[in-house]
Amino acid sequence: MKSRLRFTLQLSFTLIVCLFMIVPVAMSVLAGLTENYFVGLQSGLTLRWVNEVWELYSDTIWLSIKLALACLLITTLIGVPAAYGLLRSRRRWANAIEELLLLPVAVPGLATALALLLAYGSYREFRGSWLFILIGHVLFTLPFMVRAVLSVMQTAKLPQLEEAAASLGASFRQRFFSVVIPNCMSGILAGALMVITLSIGEFNITWMLHTPLTKTLPVGLADSYASMRLEIGSAYTLIFLVMVVPLLVAIQWAGRLTEQRR
Amino acid sequence: MKAASKQPLGAASFSTRWMVLTVPVRHKSLVAVLALMPALIVFCAFWLLPFSRLILMGAEADRSSGVSAYLTILTHRQYLISIVTTVGISLVVSLTAVAIAGFVGFFLARQHFWGKAVLVAILTFPLAFPGVVVGFLVIMLGGRQGALAQSSLWLFGERWMFAYSLAGLFIGYLYFSIPRVITTVMAACDNLDKSLEEAARSLGANTWQVTKDVIVPGIAPALLSTGAICFATSMGAFGTAFTLGTRLNILPLNIYGEFTNYANFAMAAALSVVLGAITWIALSIARRLAGGNLGASA
Repeated sequence: MKSRLRFTLQLSFTLIVCLFMIVPVAMSVLAGLTENYFVGLQSGLTLRWVNEVWELYSDTIWLSIKLALACLLITTLIGVPAAYGLLRSRRRWANAIEELLLLPVAVPGLATALALLLAYGSYREFRGSWLFILIGHVLFTLPFMVRAVLSVMQTAKLPQLEEAAASLGASFRQRFFSVVIPNCMSGILAGALMVITLSIGEFNITWMLHTPLTKTLPVGLADSYASMRLEIGSAYTLIFLVMVVPLLVAIQWAGRLTEQRR
Repeated sequence: MKAASKQPLGAASFSTRWMVLTVPVRHKSLVAVLALMPALIVFCAFWLLPFSRLILMGAEADRSSGVSAYLTILTHRQYLISIVTTVGISLVVSLTAVAIAGFVGFFLARQHFWGKAVLVAILTFPLAFPGVVVGFLVIMLGGRQGALAQSSLWLFGERWMFAYSLAGLFIGYLYFSIPRVITTVMAACDNLDKSLEEAARSLGANTWQVTKDVIVPGIAPALLSTGAICFATSMGAFGTAFTLGTRLNILPLNIYGEFTNYANFAMAAALSVVLGAITWIALSIARRLAGGNLGASA
């Protein structure tokens, strides 16, 4: 009897915390779909605000997608070899280098962005292009790719597999592309999903680096929160959620996939 | 990713060391260096070099006082108050989040009931919300047309608001901290040896004693490390603070203000370095304790 009561109390507390997490999201989604939020739901549901957001801000959405894909390409090209390099380095060196690569995540994005601006802001053309933002995103997401790939490499018995391939006469290139890469595919997948999700949602670095011509989705969000009516901000948030929630589900799924391999 | 970092590294490092003996050492390290090169070049050119300049720039003369900006921070109350406020609110948020979410995470890890998966999903999916969105959600709760304002208007005929103050900041930071703590605590509880609890129970310990003497010490490293991550994230949470109002006297907003409003680059640089140092130390402690899990992303 007593344990029953305890369970009920604990469950109610958990439900209250759940409400705290979900109620503002639900309110925001609803506000983005109601005709007039001041009047309330009786003013009717509409997609008008979503359309308006699309007209005003669709370029920010495309830029964010472009950035995320470019960021994914670069972090894969430099991150997978880097993870392999860490695997093959001596422990002490590997730890030190990993610690270094983590710095852009450990230090707030605002500081990273400020450093970039003060160092390279004077190159006008570079500063005005989307590549400037891309650099910030690559710095911030690279450790997540490296970590995801490295952790799979460490459990995949790569050294043994590689040695087997080498003893059969495989060159380094053959080993890398037909043994190393296929064996850490699940890590690359998990890292890729993480990189895309983080890049699409990145604000702290991007806000400092953006120009009026290079606005990303979160920058547009901040802009609409500050200067547009509540319905538009909400509809915009709704679009963001629709983009990010599937990615989150995919991350969970990929995480379960790598866990099963073990 | 979290599950991966839980894995002990011992086995892998053992076999790596064994490889060192069989493959010619020089060739092996050359491959490692070459593979690491592109990432290191990008890191040095676009982070290490700029950030080193930022550190030096902080030593230059501050615009208003004419003394080195680092010294100005130490001697001016305004900056000290801002640092203390930011550290203080981040500490309180981390402690609150660890207390609330530690409890909920433990409950969810140990109990099985219908609909649990839904609750876990609700509690963890806000992990990927950027700070700006969290700020907006706080406005939905405590802003001019927020839930609180509407219900208080209906009940008492006045609008109650908290969004545009330190209280709003607190709620926002709590919002993005809770999912982090819950995921970590649930993972830690799964790893906890259940037989210890059973042994304590069979020796006559009541629930409170089991919690105090077995469970909390068992997951203490996870609690401390996730708390440190929440602290670091809150310290640098520019997006949330920016959405809630630029007049609050906290570090990220001060840095932004010094840079854009006053073009006081030396002071902006010095404050950034101080902020970066604080979060880096906090996250290093977190990594020492938990051995994994990357840090601040809100």
